[in-house]
Amino acid sequence: MEASFSSKAYLDMELLRFTTAGSVDDGKSTLIGRLLYDSKSIFEDQLDAVKRASLQKGGDFLNLALFTDGLRAEREQGITIDVAYRYFATPKRKFIIADTPGHIQYTRNMVTGASTASAAIVLIDARNGVIEQTHRHAFIASLLGIPHIIVCINKMDLVGYRQDVFDQIRLDFKMFSDRVFPLHDIRFIPISALNGDNVVKPSIRMPWYNACTLLNTLETIPIDQDHNFVNQRFPVQYVIRPESDEHHDYRGYAGCIAGGIFHPGDPVVVLPSGIKSKIVSIDTLNNTLTEAFPPMSVTLTLEDDLDISRGGMITGAYDLPTESSEVELMICWMNPKPLQMKGRYTVKHTTNEVRCKVEEIIYLLNISTLDTIAPVDEIRMNDIARIRIRTTKPLYYDPYSLNRITGSLILIDEATNETLAAGMIV
Amino acid sequence: MADHQLTHLKELESEAIYILREVAAQFERPVLLFSGGKDSIVLVHLSRKAFFPALIPFPLLHIDTGHNFIETLDFRDWLVKEIRGRLIVGSVQESIDTGRVVEEKGINASRNVLQTVTLLDTIEKFKFDAAIGGARRDEEKARAKERIFSHRDEFGQWDPKNQRPELWNLFNGRKHLGEHFRVFPISNWTEMDVWQYILAENIDLPNIYFTHERDVFYRDGIWLAAAPFMQMKPSEAVERRSVRCRTVGDITCTGLTLSTADTVEDIIQEIAATRVTERGGRYDDKRSEAAMEDRKKEGYF
Repeated sequence: MEASFSSKAYLDMELLRFTTAGSVDDGKSTLIGRLLYDSKSIFEDQLDAVKRASLQKGGDFLNLALFTDGLRAEREQGITIDVAYRYFATPKRKFIIADTPGHIQYTRNMVTGASTASAAIVLIDARNGVIEQTHRHAFIASLLGIPHIIVCINKMDLVGYRQDVFDQIRLDFKMFSDRVFPLHDIRFIPISALNGDNVVKPSIRMPWYNACTLLNTLETIPIDQDHNFVNQRFPVQYVIRPESDEHHDYRGYAGCIAGGIFHPGDPVVVLPSGIKSKIVSIDTLNNTLTEAFPPMSVTLTLEDDLDISRGGMITGAYDLPTESSEVELMICWMNPKPLQMKGRYTVKHTTNEVRCKVEEIIYLLNISTLDTIAPVDEIRMNDIARIRIRTTKPLYYDPYSLNRITGSLILIDEATNETLAAGMIV
Repeated sequence: MADHQLTHLKELESEAIYILREVAAQFERPVLLFSGGKDSIVLVHLSRKAFFPALIPFPLLHIDTGHNFIETLDFRDWLVKEIRGRLIVGSVQESIDTGRVVEEKGINASRNVLQTVTLLDTIEKFKFDAAIGGARRDEEKARAKERIFSHRDEFGQWDPKNQRPELWNLFNGRKHLGEHFRVFPISNWTEMDVWQYILAENIDLPNIYFTHERDVFYRDGIWLAAAPFMQMKPSEAVERRSVRCRTVGDITCTGLTLSTADTVEDIIQEIAATRVTERGGRYDDKRSEAAMEDRKKEGYF
């Protein structure tokens, strides 16, 4: 909301989605409040409301955490109970924050927030260092394939802004992370959300830290490789048949590019039939395109008149996804009703829906120690486990590590219609 | 910007089109809630893009409080013709006449809350199973937590503590008979995004969004339009001012901004410099701190 936005500059901005993870009292809400406040994304009426509320609660300072308190229940209890989305922008990027709570029982919310994020902020209280919950948060970020992790060591003001405290925590974190996700882009920033050190403005109290502030990091993290641009994948979402006089024979396949770069003339294979064809055009309302890449929503037309419906997939002719009705996956269970061995569920994978049966619970994971536990016959809410399912019809998928769209699925309860689990195909 | 990196507007557009197509694919009788405001106009534009060259495969529904800016109605009728669409109107006046709701009395009387009953009645009458709305998460704190596919029970109620987890782009629209969904394709847009998109796509808007002279009066920090059904206090006086609407709703609760902005570029500059949220000018949100949350639970937009 900076007055310096010119209409034109705004049109060149990029979008970064990130998630935040911290334990209770790590100061996560304060950090987000600080980011919004110092980047001048808070409006006067919001500021007034928070000032009033801060006074009411007996605080003699502006309680930044109150900017992100959403529902009435939260305001009463003073805790965040669900995923909330926040927005702010700088002249370089627009940001979407998935603000998720840190309680153990709310792993499911963190998984939800992490599923669409390109970056994760993991908060550590400088006084406590790396604790069990830090492992959980870092592990979930890695499990969900978030490419960039920013570890913010908060409350540096309470440890005298000492470099040795920061260095020790960084070392401890790396000991764990090297074991779990050695290839990830991990950055460490010492901050005080309360006082604003290294959040938006560089800290004068930590001259020993010369790298980027948090906001600067968020503005410059490279995000152009966060999608799969190699393997052509186009799940068919909807078939467009105008059946009007002007477009009598038009048959377009609408969808969002899930992987690879498509061009007119590209040879393709249509799944599940396996029939070969060729892309004729890539259509949008304004024009036809010479290429389309993730995550663009487009409409493809093909050379041959084929019977393709929702749930089908158009892929590169020489680069097919895996086809199987036996699928192994990591899941996060999200429902109070536990997963049952031999349980039957609906699988939603890309635009396709099939039924499945749980054939095997391979192991349950203790995400604090990363120990595997087997055998188990039940998976409860907030558990992370590896399972094997058998589907009624084959799925066309890639491993989650290669493609977060064609490698992910959800399980749905056939009786209650609730979303039960997030699944990442191994 | 790298070669294969979308701008944020293109990425938001793509996401919204994806969501609209999911609605058309997953539901039997979707409807687009059309208020005449800029957000629902953008939704109509996105819907045209999503299904081109076919027509939009769902009708528009306008819940008419009877207290409209006349410009909104004219624009609505023009737009429906333009897209060769179908319009359904749910009338709050009819709900009052048939005794479904009782009109509020007093100085701050508004039909804004009454709309909920008319909306739910219309959804039931036409058996709509998905109502697409232009609500955005940046508008209000209760909305920040709402899902893009937001489940409603058979009474049209939202249960904020028991929402389905929403992961990746896998939207679960399964429901039982009589239940429906509210779907918000532009959840992730901010007010600024909407205006920038209107500029980039050259989208037509009703002229009340731009500066014009109007009879107005001042109440509790908000400029309101003088109209025959507006009750005024003795201390309040009508003045002629240059104003524009920042949001468009029922005339009784739509605050007007003193402004000389007469192009989209002007409006963008004005918003960039503004220090008050868009809903800060909405009289209906000022009733209590949890006003929106309470209305949403009952089935409000």
